Amino acid sequence: MSSLVYLTRKAEFSSSHLYHNPAFSAEENKRVFGKCNNPHGHGHNYVLEVTVKGEVDATTGFVVDLKQLKDLMHKEVLDALDHRFLNKEIPEFFTLIPTTENIAIVCWQRLAPKLTAARLHRVRVYETPDLFADFYGEA
Amino acid sequence: MRVHLTRRYLFAASHRLHSDSLSEEENRATYGKCNNPHGHGHNYFVEITVSGPVDAQTGMVCNLADLDGWVRENVIGRYDHQDLNHLPEFANTVPTTENLCVEIYRILHRGFKKAHLDRVRIEETMMNSFEYSGENPALR
Repeated sequence: MSSLVYLTRKAEFSSSHLYHNPAFSAEENKRVFGKCNNPHGHGHNYVLEVTVKGEVDATTGFVVDLKQLKDLMHKEVLDALDHRFLNKEIPEFFTLIPTTENIAIVCWQRLAPKLTAARLHRVRVYETPDLFADFYGEA
Repeated sequence: MRVHLTRRYLFAASHRLHSDSLSEEENRATYGKCNNPHGHGHNYFVEITVSGPVDAQTGMVCNLADLDGWVRENVIGRYDHQDLNHLPEFANTVPTTENLCVEIYRILHRGFKKAHLDRVRIEETMMNSFEYSGENPALR
């Protein structure tokens, strides 16, 4: 019997950002991005959910050692993004607009190559309790 | 790269679960307290999931202002503070949250063209939730 199990670990980080496309005029930026275009930025308490999948190890009973997953999330994502201004301090967002969609993709790209113990299934990023983006690594 | 975006909305409505094809006793046995002839209400939380490639110019699957505006006008505006049984879509259909979920999916599927609709999920109470994905494969 296959014992594929999905395991999700949750974490929080607080960051500021703004939405601005230098290729747009000031009016266009305001029209497309609204309040999110405020040049001084604004912030959120983001919640990151990382879901991995794998067979349950017969010896440990684990899909993944949670300590390893937690440390990886800290090292690759939380330590870098927490209490930072994403547009100004995170290299990916020097050119990419730090929307919830792009933050989910960037978290995936930071985690996937380093995650060896299990397969990454989904990265979910909540910007607020009413809005979240899911990335499954789809092309 | 394809990203799935979920937005959560709230509306309050009343309903009564009652089927004309069942007897009074059968209705009471099937629907219990939900068959109260005077109806009762819920705060419904609706989660709408859309997906698509992330636009390189905006960083978005879909502009939230467009989604919010459309959903408020066509979904929340239609159901908030209404008696579901009095709406035409529930004239011959019992307004269970299963049927409400399918109906809201249909409204979006018909009219909202700015992103692909993946799923509608409704929490009727903190204890019950319902999901409908149409022909889409279920998301985990």
